[in-house]
Amino acid sequence: MVTRRQAVGAHYGLKDWLVQRVTAVLMALYTLLVLAIALWNGGIDHALWKSLFASGAFRLASFLFMVALLYHAWIGVRDIFMDYIKPVGLRLALEVATVAVLVAYLGWTIQLLWGVKA
Amino acid sequence: MSAIERPVVKPRPVYLNLVKIRLPLPGIVSILHRVSGAVLFLFAIPLLLAGVGASLASAESFAALKGFASHPLAKLVLLGFAWAYLHHFCAGIRYLLLDLHKGIELAPARQSSVVVLVVSLALTLIVGVRLW
Repeated sequence: MVTRRQAVGAHYGLKDWLVQRVTAVLMALYTLLVLAIALWNGGIDHALWKSLFASGAFRLASFLFMVALLYHAWIGVRDIFMDYIKPVGLRLALEVATVAVLVAYLGWTIQLLWGVKA
Repeated sequence: MSAIERPVVKPRPVYLNLVKIRLPLPGIVSILHRVSGAVLFLFAIPLLLAGVGASLASAESFAALKGFASHPLAKLVLLGFAWAYLHHFCAGIRYLLLDLHKGIELAPARQSSVVVLVVSLALTLIVGVRLW
């Protein structure tokens, strides 16, 4: 039995709307966490900074922040392209470039957080 | 324009002429949200990653980064990023509240857009005072 048939639309709108908000809240919480750490310690010197990133929990939180940031950036930048860039070919090229850059940033993040340091 | 004079098909804006649009306060907050987001994407994310990388590499590179960031021009750029982040942050919280149907009437929506502009600028000022 066909209960609901949809003929038009890409249907990513509601999901992206929700993702944009969930990622925003995650980033806000991480921002407040880092701010609280800085205020609590009266600033952050190199030793404290190093010890922070030595903690697995902080690395994971930072990784989550970056994933949220990059996904959030993708939705936002794609929305800007959809509003202002009308030629389809150019828009596709810009979107591909954006995704490439964002995925590269994710690789950079992983390297920073878990990379082997000489 | 009266209801009778109004054409059957209401003319819709078919393009966004950024020069001709006169924005109300919530519209100013909205376009600044977009501009600040674009700035953060284009410049702040790579700088953040490069900065975290340099700050973690060694005590020397941490100090070098600190020295670089103490240059007046660098401080000015950092202040710009601080404003972009803070405005995006505050405007984002306003949108989350609007999504929860808090303050969606015209008057409170205008008030909250002023609050966003003022609070983000005030917080930027605090960052500026700490930078200098």
